[in-house]
Amino acid sequence: MGGLSASYILLIALLLIADVAYTSPAEFIAAIQKPEIQSATWLTLKTCTVAAILSVWVGTPLGYLLSRYRFRGRWIIDTLVDIPIVLPPLVVGLSLLILFHVAIGDWQLEQWLRDDVGFPVTFRWPAVVLAQFAVACAFAVKTMRVTFNQIDPRAEEVARTLGCSRGDAFVRVALPQAWQGIITAFTIAWARALGEFGPILVFAGATRMRTEVLSTTVFLELSIGELGSAVAVSLLMVAMAIVVLVVLRLFGSGMEG
Amino acid sequence: MIELQAATIKAGDFSLNEISFRIETGEYAVLMGPTGQGKTTILEAICGLRQLARGKIILKGRDVTGLSPAERAIGYVPQDLVLFPTMTVRQQLEFALDVRRVKRQRQKARVEELAELLGISYLLSRKINGLSGGESQRVALGRALSFEPNVLLLDEPLSALDESTRLAMHELLRNVQDQTGVTTLHVTHSQEEADALADRQLILENQEIRERSEGQDSTSDEH
Repeated sequence: MGGLSASYILLIALLLIADVAYTSPAEFIAAIQKPEIQSATWLTLKTCTVAAILSVWVGTPLGYLLSRYRFRGRWIIDTLVDIPIVLPPLVVGLSLLILFHVAIGDWQLEQWLRDDVGFPVTFRWPAVVLAQFAVACAFAVKTMRVTFNQIDPRAEEVARTLGCSRGDAFVRVALPQAWQGIITAFTIAWARALGEFGPILVFAGATRMRTEVLSTTVFLELSIGELGSAVAVSLLMVAMAIVVLVVLRLFGSGMEG
Repeated sequence: MIELQAATIKAGDFSLNEISFRIETGEYAVLMGPTGQGKTTILEAICGLRQLARGKIILKGRDVTGLSPAERAIGYVPQDLVLFPTMTVRQQLEFALDVRRVKRQRQKARVEELAELLGISYLLSRKINGLSGGESQRVALGRALSFEPNVLLLDEPLSALDESTRLAMHELLRNVQDQTGVTTLHVTHSQEEADALADRQLILENQEIRERSEGQDSTSDEH
């Protein structure tokens, strides 16, 4: 059993060592100084952060609802929330693309956003955020649901006898107790958004300096035979993932139990 | 005044049927009875945390059956106290006043008045971790009294306290009742507590509430 466990740990360690051994510090610095990669890095940091904030913003009340309330049709919401987690990523992207471009009579969502609202989405940066959010939010909901499951609902009940509406009790009593879970949900959503590739490729495209994030950079560099740059960007993503894991460890995980 | 009129309360598989009793304004009533008879369920129904299947709840002459817990203005001290874990003692006492948007100056004055009445002025800046059982009880009582409720519901508030703290709390509860005149319903298993505090003693047994008359053998009601 020990040998079996050790072999998996060894595999992960070897993967990282192989990446590090493949590139040199000079190659790594040269790669991350490329303007395309710098632009992709900034876009990644910005879109992941926006997607994670949106995920927590939506995931906190939804996780609370699923944790606290028993209502008709709850299982449908429960199942729908899990769909982005089990769906192949490419299908999420394709579904987003179809949603924005399917014609309902003369009306089309993308056309309306572009012409009437002045906020085109498809193949632009908002599409990157939406593709990341579509999957990351499901993880935020799950995390927040577990967080609220671990918080005794009696405190909210007592708050209601003290004059709070259900909403007030959520904001004043449940939310302050859930801060660790909120940080965990934010971090997990951010990490999911960082690793997203399929939906972004389909829904936002892979236009250099416009919709290119680090996961698409790895793909683009590979496709033009720049294996060194692809590995350097991969290492950059490994470093980001390690920072995320450290943050998770520091604040404790709301996913326990 | 607290009145239940033929109240039927369902809690999962458990139900209480056609419960009726009335406690007059300013009275201190104690509700006793064997474990598992539904004393806590009655308190939760009065403060609105459980809906009635049938019947009515009247508070101070007003039918509150369909009202939310917030609209009933009841001070409730649950058995496990449920102090808010992220707040200081002062914040617990201010909570109901803050919800009601009472001005800061009045909040401060009310908290200091309550803290003095309950003997917890020295605790105001403390978080709840590390409070003793008696201190926690006083804070929970202060939180429930802060908004000057019409009715106070106490669910076995002294069960976890040692003998000397319990005796001190008896005196405190009587003192609070004398000073505020709040109509009180206090659930307990202790005959000693009931004798020390109650104007009236009610017994819930086999789905019925009966009054324990003066001079009745106290040991016959203990389980």
